[in-house]
Amino acid sequence: MTSLRFHIRFPEDKIKEPIVYQIGHEFKVVTNVRRADVRETTGWMDLELTGDTAEIERAVDGLRKKGVAVDPIELNVVE
Amino acid sequence: MSKMKALVCRECGKEYPTKAIHVCEMCFGPLEVKYNYEEIKKNVSRKKIEDGPHSMWRYLDLLPVEGTNFVGPHAGFTPLVRANNLGAYLGLDELYIKNDTVNHPTLSFKDRVVAVALTRARELGFETVACASTGNLANSVSAHAAAANLHCYVFIPGDLEAAKVLGNLIYKPHVVEVEGNYDDVNRLCSEIAGEHGWAFVNINIRPYYAEGSKTLAFETVEQLGWKTPDQVVIPMASGSLLTKIWKGLHEMKALGLIDEVRTKINGAQAEGCSPISTAFKAGRDFFKPVKPKTIAKSLAIGNPADGYYALKATAESHGSMDMVTDEEVVDGIKLLAQTEGIFAETAGGVTIGVLKKLVKQGVIKKDEVTVAYITGNGLKTQEAVIDSVGRPVRIQPSLVDFQKTFKMGKNGGGDA
Repeated sequence: MTSLRFHIRFPEDKIKEPIVYQIGHEFKVVTNVRRADVRETTGWMDLELTGDTAEIERAVDGLRKKGVAVDPIELNVVE
Repeated sequence: MSKMKALVCRECGKEYPTKAIHVCEMCFGPLEVKYNYEEIKKNVSRKKIEDGPHSMWRYLDLLPVEGTNFVGPHAGFTPLVRANNLGAYLGLDELYIKNDTVNHPTLSFKDRVVAVALTRARELGFETVACASTGNLANSVSAHAAAANLHCYVFIPGDLEAAKVLGNLIYKPHVVEVEGNYDDVNRLCSEIAGEHGWAFVNINIRPYYAEGSKTLAFETVEQLGWKTPDQVVIPMASGSLLTKIWKGLHEMKALGLIDEVRTKINGAQAEGCSPISTAFKAGRDFFKPVKPKTIAKSLAIGNPADGYYALKATAESHGSMDMVTDEEVVDGIKLLAQTEGIFAETAGGVTIGVLKKLVKQGVIKKDEVTVAYITGNGLKTQEAVIDSVGRPVRIQPSLVDFQKTFKMGKNGGGDA
């Protein structure tokens, strides 16, 4: 089992959707929200995904397909 | 007692031992170094600093390393240049350029942060260091690793320009070109840092690495005769440099090295990658990530790790932020070169462009002591100005042709 940490960001039109719940059902990953700020026009979460590495990769793709931006917890590390 | 008390989460305040970790296990917030200021206060003084080495290590008491076996012993203590010509052009009585274009050994401010990161990494027992970079950081890590006999891995995007790759290869690190775009390299490096026992300078060593930027604040204050400037203009990529300059000024006050901090902190970005400045100008306390599109590649971080903290520091200082077009970046580079003889890379053009704007807006006033931070050397980004500096005047190898071209008589005078 692997745990990876991500910073995910929702576009305004996705804020009301239960995307993290959906990802937990569509893929074999455990979702664990550790910090978040969700407002009317923007929203982000620091999220841990636990599961097989390949399944986490699929869950990340799944998040992206739902219009969510997914970055490493460190945000941009290429300087 | 160690001068480092702990690593502390910038969000929830949870403390951790001073190891190679960077994220709070509780809330995933970023960690930074917490010091024993009371202990440091007993040891530090202006005199001790002034008698120290002619490098940034004169501020050793305020840097997160335990010993004196430094990697990068010559980094820092770059000139603070009184910019009379540029000041006169802009209408400022007392303007200074903090000139990190001549930092040792790789001509950018990254030599400060990398010197701290690699010194700490070696103290923590690492033999392999790594970074993900498109430019200055990779150069600095590669050079310092070579000098310190450390194994080095540099990760770069597959589409990086040849000249920038060469700047790394010369030091013979393992340069890993990742097939994919910036985001792919970004994510891969985060995962490698989590998997391998390496010192990734801007990932798991970041709490120490970032502290090196404070030395720009320390040096500025000392070089101004132990006074803080009224205004500073700082280029922003991740936003870390700005937040650490702010932190450095406050540490000097906390330690009794200066009486007060009355500096307004101003941030500068290029329009093509200005998530932090855009948020500031919109009055928001959060930024929206962007896809960078600017010639100021060393500032092209679309989702900046310290963006939130940079907004906070600027607001606390009652400072400002702004951004400039690529054309204004080039104009800024040329203006600095032609008034002060300093050839800056594109980030310097951003700083000068924003400085010019802030003066014009009345944000920075004529009689305020102002410092502009120039963080990298123009020889690294020659492509940015190659089409806008003209061509040499071509003449035949004869005195007559020379005098004719420059409209000179036999005794000189005239001009082309």
